[in-house]
Amino acid sequence: MPLPSYALGVMEASVYAPEVLARGLPSALPPAQPSEGRAGLAAQAAPLLSLQGIGLSFGGVVALADIDLSVLSGEIRAIIGPNGAGKSSLINVISGVYRPDRGHVLLDGIRHAHVPTQRLAHLGVARTFQNLALFKGLSVLDNVASGLAFKVRSNFAGQVLGIGRSRGEQRDTLSRADQILEFLDLSPVRDRLVGTLPYGLQKRVELARALVAEPRLLLLDEPMAGMTASEKGEMAGFVRAARDRFATTVVLIEHDVGVVMGLSDRIAVLDYGRKIADATPDEVRNDQRVIDAYLGVASDNEDGAGI
Amino acid sequence: MTAISSDFSSAPVLPKWTAPVLLLAFAYGVVPLIGSSYLFEAILLPFLALSLAGVGLNILTGYAGQVSLGSAAFMAAGAFAAYNFNLRVEGLPLIGSIVLAGLVAAAIGIVFGLPSLRLKGFYLAVSTLAAQFFVQWALTKFSWFSNDSASGVIDAPRLSIAGYALDGAVGRYLFALTIVAVLTFLAYRLVSSQTGRNFIAIRDNETAARIIGIPVLKTKLLAFAISSFIIGVAGVIWAFAYLRTVEPDGFDLDRSFQILFIIIIGGLASIRGAFFGAALIVVFPLALSRLGGFLLGDLFDSGVLDMSQRIVLGALIILFLILEPDGLVALWDRIRRRLLFAWRST
Ligand SMILES: Nc1ncnc2c1ncn2[C@@H]1O[C@H](COP(=O)(O)OP(=O)(O)OP(=O)(O)O)[C@@H](O)[C@H]1O
Ligand SMILES: [Mg+2]
Repeated sequence: MPLPSYALGVMEASVYAPEVLARGLPSALPPAQPSEGRAGLAAQAAPLLSLQGIGLSFGGVVALADIDLSVLSGEIRAIIGPNGAGKSSLINVISGVYRPDRGHVLLDGIRHAHVPTQRLAHLGVARTFQNLALFKGLSVLDNVASGLAFKVRSNFAGQVLGIGRSRGEQRDTLSRADQILEFLDLSPVRDRLVGTLPYGLQKRVELARALVAEPRLLLLDEPMAGMTASEKGEMAGFVRAARDRFATTVVLIEHDVGVVMGLSDRIAVLDYGRKIADATPDEVRNDQRVIDAYLGVASDNEDGAGI
Repeated sequence: MTAISSDFSSAPVLPKWTAPVLLLAFAYGVVPLIGSSYLFEAILLPFLALSLAGVGLNILTGYAGQVSLGSAAFMAAGAFAAYNFNLRVEGLPLIGSIVLAGLVAAAIGIVFGLPSLRLKGFYLAVSTLAAQFFVQWALTKFSWFSNDSASGVIDAPRLSIAGYALDGAVGRYLFALTIVAVLTFLAYRLVSSQTGRNFIAIRDNETAARIIGIPVLKTKLLAFAISSFIIGVAGVIWAFAYLRTVEPDGFDLDRSFQILFIIIIGGLASIRGAFFGAALIVVFPLALSRLGGFLLGDLFDSGVLDMSQRIVLGALIILFLILEPDGLVALWDRIRRRLLFAWRST
């Protein structure tokens, strides 16, 4: 299958400067917490998301043990840790895929023992999955458009007959999807079946599907896994650009420590389901427990070369 | 189970409605003039009814990913409901009976679709057998449904629309053709709408669909309802236009499997696929009996025909599942592309 030349590694993250970002993006952002501003002000405000005493086990395996975590509005919050540390479980708890055995999730000040998955999009939360979770039978455009399904108010009869609010809705959905495709440089593959794209682009489509909803909280489970270094750089640029453009708060799981250090505001480190550190990148880099548990191991492989 | 992408960059740029419109023009304008009554009675009428049933099942199974073995039950529900509406509601036009019959089938579809909220795949398929057995049992047990006729047999009413009688083979063909054309067009609109995208999303990744806010439960039941409506109307065509006299036993599990095979052979998640599959299922036994009679003469009696039909069909299905999971439609598209390519390069 011929790969379009633009596809991989041609554009550097830095290209996504204001000129690109400013053009033709969805205008109506849901106001991110009216009482708060962006990252700068957020420090003294209530966190957008906080986890309190989360515990989760599968049979005898303790996936999460007494985890507290707070995420401030507008920050990029990384979660790192070795394989099986419980990172994905944590995101699954936040998105309601798992129900924690103990503790609760405070989203926007509202307490949930079990986050209602079906209402997640309405709560302003979107996510991607560690293993691709795209709709293989749909085109790239339709995959991204499906990220707006939660807003659809027309019923199937109106859609079939093309009457009522369905026409306007359809037009609006497609134009927003197109804007996001352009933002993430996916327009050239707009009409391809998503399963026919290379892996790196599929990962990006999944980001687009999450972003099109203009979420206030974006949960990314290893968005750069399996990518080449230049693809990773591009993806990091997109994540940062998305945060800046949409004032989205990001929770990011990523193994590549170099990428994480450069991208995130604060980093939480998990090991065997426990949180062993939670600080700024510089502090985490010099934390002895983190070095022992994770970074020390990571430096053996080239992923950890950034340290 | 991926949808077929029919876009091909070097295909000639004809609007995509060209082929269906030409086909319809042929079906309305030419076929009634040249067709023999054998063509209508033995081929086109069952083909139209089964195609429509295939379109209905494809919405549920091909698009929304919910496997069902209850299709014949929804056909029966449609046929018997239309019979009773027609019989018992004074002055109700035929079209009214058909729409109401579709709604009855849809309601039954929703009830028997409820297990889909908890069950998937094989387990769901088995649970839809409940619809199959329950409907057949109820229609045989309560003779009210067949107006107290012996063994539940019903005779179709005379077909007429706006006072215009459609009793002959050609009239019944045009009646069936019109219903099938309208419902197929609406089904096509549906699968390319937001609701159709939701069906595919739930089929391809239910967790992701739930997370992005697609109302999964509602959408699954909607798929059952719409699918059963269409299959119910297909049942009306089967009973009123094709066979004219039906009994509950004619809508048994074999029929459900037949419709499932139609969409597997024709192509899952393809509206056209239902027509390809139905054509094969209808024409194949006729061709086989001609061929068998020609080769073996009197040895090829109906028992042998029935058995060889099952064997060949079974083999065909296995072959398709292995070699061409996207069905005849995919095969057709590939051949067409080759031909076009060959034609262009000369
Ligand atoms: N659905 C599940 N059923 C059983 N065990 C599970 C399940 N999900 C996670 N676990 C277990 O919980 C622990 C944490 O898994 P999790 O997927 O959260 O780790 P992770 O930090 O995301 O690892 P990785 O870096 O490999 O993605 C592991 O021991 C895993 O086997
Ligand atoms: Mg993980």
